[in-house]
Amino acid sequence: MDFGFNDEQQEIQRTAREFLSARFTPEKVRELAESRSYDDALWSEISELGWPGIAIDEEHGGQGLGMVELVILCEELGFACAPIQFLSNAAAGLFIDAAGSDEQRGRWLPGIASGETLGAAAFTPEEDAIVPDAQGAAVLVLPQGDDGVLVERSAADVKPLELIDSTRSYAQVEASGGDPLPDAHLHRGADRLMVAIAAELTGIAQRAMEMAVAYAKDREQFGRPIGSYQAVSHRCAKMLLDTEEARSLTYYAAWTAGAEPESLPLAASMAKARASDAAWEVAASALQVLGGIGFTWEHDLHFLLKRAKVTGELMGSAREHRERVAGLVGLAAEPVAG
Amino acid sequence: MDLTLTSEERGFRDEVRSWLEANHPGPSPEGDDQARFEFEREWQGKLHEAGWAGISWPKEYGGRGATLIEQVIFSEEMARSKAPRPANVLGLVMGGPVVIAHGSEEQKERFLEPILSAEEIWCQGFSEPESGSDLASLKTKAVPQNGGWRVTGQKVWTTFAHEARWCMLLARSDPDAPKHKGLTYFILDMEQDAVDVRPLRQITGEAEFNEIFMEDAYIPDDDVVGGVGNGWMVGITTLMHERAGLGAASAVALRRELDELIALARERGAADDPLVRDRIARLQISAEALRLGGLRTLTQTMRTGIPGPEGSLAKWQWADTNQALTELATEILGTESLERSDWSYRFLRARANSIEGGTTEVMKNIVAERVLGLPRLR
Repeated sequence: MDFGFNDEQQEIQRTAREFLSARFTPEKVRELAESRSYDDALWSEISELGWPGIAIDEEHGGQGLGMVELVILCEELGFACAPIQFLSNAAAGLFIDAAGSDEQRGRWLPGIASGETLGAAAFTPEEDAIVPDAQGAAVLVLPQGDDGVLVERSAADVKPLELIDSTRSYAQVEASGGDPLPDAHLHRGADRLMVAIAAELTGIAQRAMEMAVAYAKDREQFGRPIGSYQAVSHRCAKMLLDTEEARSLTYYAAWTAGAEPESLPLAASMAKARASDAAWEVAASALQVLGGIGFTWEHDLHFLLKRAKVTGELMGSAREHRERVAGLVGLAAEPVAG
Repeated sequence: MDLTLTSEERGFRDEVRSWLEANHPGPSPEGDDQARFEFEREWQGKLHEAGWAGISWPKEYGGRGATLIEQVIFSEEMARSKAPRPANVLGLVMGGPVVIAHGSEEQKERFLEPILSAEEIWCQGFSEPESGSDLASLKTKAVPQNGGWRVTGQKVWTTFAHEARWCMLLARSDPDAPKHKGLTYFILDMEQDAVDVRPLRQITGEAEFNEIFMEDAYIPDDDVVGGVGNGWMVGITTLMHERAGLGAASAVALRRELDELIALARERGAADDPLVRDRIARLQISAEALRLGGLRTLTQTMRTGIPGPEGSLAKWQWADTNQALTELATEILGTESLERSDWSYRFLRARANSIEGGTTEVMKNIVAERVLGLPRLR
């Protein structure tokens, strides 16, 4: 029994933290978020590091690592609040890997892994689904009933969405037809994507907590640091509890994906439900600790807060995942009214 | 990262499991407290004969010298099989480890074996009516007197005091020293007239705990542990052992209770109530987060050798979750839950969870100060 990262995984985590903090400085994040844009040079760098292909097998040009390694990167990208196409491209990889034919995998995975031909995927099941980063992708994974289809970007009508989160680009897509994903295991891709999103949310929560704690140590009112008041310090303690619960459940879910796939559906929904709530609650609580400055555009917290809210809704809200959890732990599915 | 047991760990688990299958004494008898206690004393004797009583203790002191993971596996198997608790649980998880860590050779020789065999029961005299969370302010005074000490004061919330031969006692030996420095850790002989034990009836109607009144009770110098004036440091070791020892078992107990709640929701036709479903899912998520957090802490401790203050996070999570769980059970049962029953007992008993063994407020202080590094108020 060992519930910790191995040396290689720790190295991935350390490298990612160093690289992202150097590249995605608060000024850089602000510049990209305010212009709602990405930096192509940064994508090239990340591609050279092999990140887009981290969980794609070597046969298709990836690194052949697993969900644990993908989760490490997603958590760090959330911590950095990085405006980048990483998650959407990884999502397309997870779906195509889970449900694509050999031919589809051979055609699309190498480009997704190398970062040269990007994929994107619908993150909500409805017909008017939100598809992050559809604009810059070559291939889109879209829902069609319970199944998925691949649609080339050139055959789709992409309508940009201006969501409250400006650190990522979002769109809705209209397309007809497409190339069906034949394998019935689309849900495996979906479960894995939930875990990746939970990891990003955990990183967001960690960053918001660190901002709040640093401020609570520094800011003085009534002649004392506000962090010495229990009304503030207990709020910060709750942030740690929320963040650590999200983290434990996320790492566990990532581990089940490779080692115990029968446990993945429940683990993924537990992680996604907890991380969605944690990221929002920690960010909102951090805003309260920061007080007035936290409500200004000038402070960076609002980028995290909005990203937490939007990301928390992707691939199912906390409420929806708790409903799934209830069904999976022995409460029969909710009957349809009427 | 590998959450499965290694083949060695599996082997250990199977050994525990098959021993429990062969030796499980059945549930503790209900109703008669004395009969129950004797039953649990006998059970501990059986555990001791097989070498399970002092599982975490070093072999040279009659223990098994088990690794941390083996201790967790043992706690889990005990909880899973619903084995009764051993009668001398406080001696096993607190008294013995403190004597091993801080006691003299003579003390180890005198006290350890009867703890393991449950011949001598131990209780803990820390809290006082005016010193709960602020334990270091305690007032029970110890005055030196020809080769020993005279102790006067009152202790409260002492489990097993009426059965105990020995009490782990924190008392103020130097009234002039700063409050953390003037304390000494004593082993008090409970079998003397100057010690009066009275049951403390709690809101459930039963008396799990006692009050102890001491009026010039005598303690020889030989029964000071860790040196005069070091009581705070020695006492803190006790509390760390308490939190580490109870963690894994509480996660398993919570899991079992949650399974009972899910069964209850189904029986009572509440399984398709969306509000009940949402709350059960929340409890499921909390219980799993508690279990997994415990395993992460365990890995951290095995890698670094130091148990962190994260145990405080787990104690807080457990209290919150158990209270929410029992509250939901009463809501599912409706007015039936107002009658005396197993669930109404658990519902009332759970109110103590956020107080006993350190209040949730103190746990939050520890997390804020020692994990997050926020400034202290005091």
